Amino acid sequence: MDFSFSPDEEKFRQEVHDFVAREVPPGLETGVGGFVESEDEWQFARGMTQKLAAKGWLSMAWPKEYGGQDAHMKSVILNEEMNYLGAPGLDFGGVGMLAPALMAHGTEEQKKRFLPGIASGDVLWCQGWSEPGAGSDLPSLTTRAVEDGDDFVINGQKVWTSHAQHANWCFLLVKTDPDAEPKHRGISFLLVDFKAPGITISPLITMADERAFSEVFYDNVRVPKENLVGEKNRGWRVAMTAAGFERSGIYRIALARRNVDRLIQYAKEPQPDGRVPAKDPLVRQNLADLYVEGEISRILAYRVAWQQAQGLQPEWEASMARLFGCEFQQHVAHTGMEIMGLYGLLRENSKWANTECKMARQSLLAVGATIAAGTSEVQRNAIAMRGLGLPRG
Amino acid sequence: MDLDFTEEQDMLRNSARDFLSTECDKAMVRQIEESEEGYSPEIWRKMAELGWQGLLIPEEYDGMGMGLMDLVVIFEEIGRNILPSPFLVTVALGTPPIVEGGSEEQKKEILPRVSSGEAILTLALTEPSAGYTADCVELKADAQGDSFVLNGTKLFVEFASASDYMVVVARTKSGGDPENGITLLLVDSKSPGIKIEPFATTGMDKQCEVVFDNVSVPKGNIIGELDKGWPIMAKTLEKATVAKCAEMVGGMQAVLDMSVAYAKERVQYGRPIGSFQAIQHMLADMYLRVETSKNILYQAAWMVSEGLPAAEKVAIAKGWCNEAYKKVTEDGVEVHGAIGTTRDHDMGLYYRRSKAAEPTFGDTESQRELVAQQLGL
Repeated sequence: MDFSFSPDEEKFRQEVHDFVAREVPPGLETGVGGFVESEDEWQFARGMTQKLAAKGWLSMAWPKEYGGQDAHMKSVILNEEMNYLGAPGLDFGGVGMLAPALMAHGTEEQKKRFLPGIASGDVLWCQGWSEPGAGSDLPSLTTRAVEDGDDFVINGQKVWTSHAQHANWCFLLVKTDPDAEPKHRGISFLLVDFKAPGITISPLITMADERAFSEVFYDNVRVPKENLVGEKNRGWRVAMTAAGFERSGIYRIALARRNVDRLIQYAKEPQPDGRVPAKDPLVRQNLADLYVEGEISRILAYRVAWQQAQGLQPEWEASMARLFGCEFQQHVAHTGMEIMGLYGLLRENSKWANTECKMARQSLLAVGATIAAGTSEVQRNAIAMRGLGLPRG
Repeated sequence: MDLDFTEEQDMLRNSARDFLSTECDKAMVRQIEESEEGYSPEIWRKMAELGWQGLLIPEEYDGMGMGLMDLVVIFEEIGRNILPSPFLVTVALGTPPIVEGGSEEQKKEILPRVSSGEAILTLALTEPSAGYTADCVELKADAQGDSFVLNGTKLFVEFASASDYMVVVARTKSGGDPENGITLLLVDSKSPGIKIEPFATTGMDKQCEVVFDNVSVPKGNIIGELDKGWPIMAKTLEKATVAKCAEMVGGMQAVLDMSVAYAKERVQYGRPIGSFQAIQHMLADMYLRVETSKNILYQAAWMVSEGLPAAEKVAIAKGWCNEAYKKVTEDGVEVHGAIGTTRDHDMGLYYRRSKAAEPTFGDTESQRELVAQQLGL
């Protein structure tokens, strides 16, 4: 066994670090998944995406034949460093989901038409999958696409669509055969121009005041048939490819580790009441515990990344990395609040608020961790059934 | 990065698994546990034929000259099958100080006899204060002419009763830094003035009290340098902790395998209980604990074997494995229901070992405190 990164990979990590130090102004910091708050920050984030593209980093995990570098491990390092430093600009939906699905299932024409805009960071894609009645049970989605001449006509509602208000295009899962059993055999994968008439976007604001999500309503939206990826009614396979390209979940772990390191720093310093938290044995135990979870999360994620870099398709391993990483993120936020006591309640920018340890915000951001993109319960189901071969209930 | 075992290590694992399941079924485990010796001399001899005792011993002393990662493989299988024996104390506690700091003469005298299975070693470190740090070492070795005279009590010396030699951690200088003034001595366990008394314990692992009453040890038996024995001890403890974690991980895996198999066959309400989500999620969490433990153990073992500073990772691994092994066995018993609580069921063999393993080489709280110190807290 060898747990080390190659000198080339270590050098790359340092390059990313230097790039962020150079490009990102102090104080600007993203939330989970690269979300930013203001419109100014959003514009800055898009600029960063283009800078990453210009450096060849944005799509470095792609195969060489599509302009990438086949550098899966390095892309995980990029993801880890960017998120640890809170730097915006990574593009998960287009680069990490749609592009690999297009490479595997798209027509030559679709690849030529859509991949360059993703690689350059010019076109922003959003993911239209979840619905009010189809969360964990995604195959039950009901947004309908009916063929009409050269088009599909779409009617229905999506929810939790990230960055919908800024997106140019959407990769959408629709029902093309409502009677199919099993249900996932009636789903198709469509590419939708967000300028099309009939699309209404309504923001969903989280308790952390994040405005990254939206509900999206489709009212007789026409999509040309040439925008169907893969076969009709076989969109589930395309979706699985999209969801399977990067499964380490390193971004979330990196962000949570950043918060652990800040808490450790916080605990070493005298607080307004004069106490040094690190002198409290319980605080020491709790911080050590968080650090331990961070180190283990990291190894789990690296193992998934390493398996993917070997061309393997980790299943339950990825569910484990995700489950453990999400619960780690929440543990950090909750313990961080405890350690900071009343000061932990102050929202950032309040008088007396600690400028580094923004635990109030983290605790609000963390609630969704064990829900988004597969709840912890769904992960445990997958581990039990696919990992341990337990029978279906 | 390469996160797989080598082909040779896979072969070593398979042969260890075959050997242990053939030689030491659970009836044998129970028989050995109840015996006065606490191990089977016959199995011990066969292990030596396989080269196990000499795994970390250089080839020039009749050993295998293999690495810590190979030892991890063996210990995982030992933990999985269960093998009551003085293997850990011999290869991971008694042998490393001699390999690391012993004189050529000591190596020539002792190591080939360990490799051949002839000599059993153990480490006499802990005392009634029951800690593994240098400040817990009080047993005095007074220089008198060409000898040291040892007086004091060592406690929780595993398999002292079966040992031929003990590496005794003694205090030769007091005051100042507690890590300064510690000397390692190679002591014949049959020396006049040594009284050994084994205790009944949860792990049935022959933990002994060893009383030293004016025990004379030649000065030539110093391992390493006078007063400077602690760094060797710290390195030894890193290796032994890794070995212990591997044994724990093997035990966890066995408990998980047994529990999954049982959940698939045990029928209640007309269904296998493994089809109920309550049981599935419990088993998924057990699996997660086993895998997290393995991953952090392998990383720690790799760092130790590469000679990298590994104190933090080893502490992380042991603290994590402590809690994981306990919880996995507790949940394993729960999945089995009432039958899992009986003396005749194998779950109890693992449950008892999970409890015994926790305080060995430091409990969870002490490991977390070590991590906290590494973080500069």
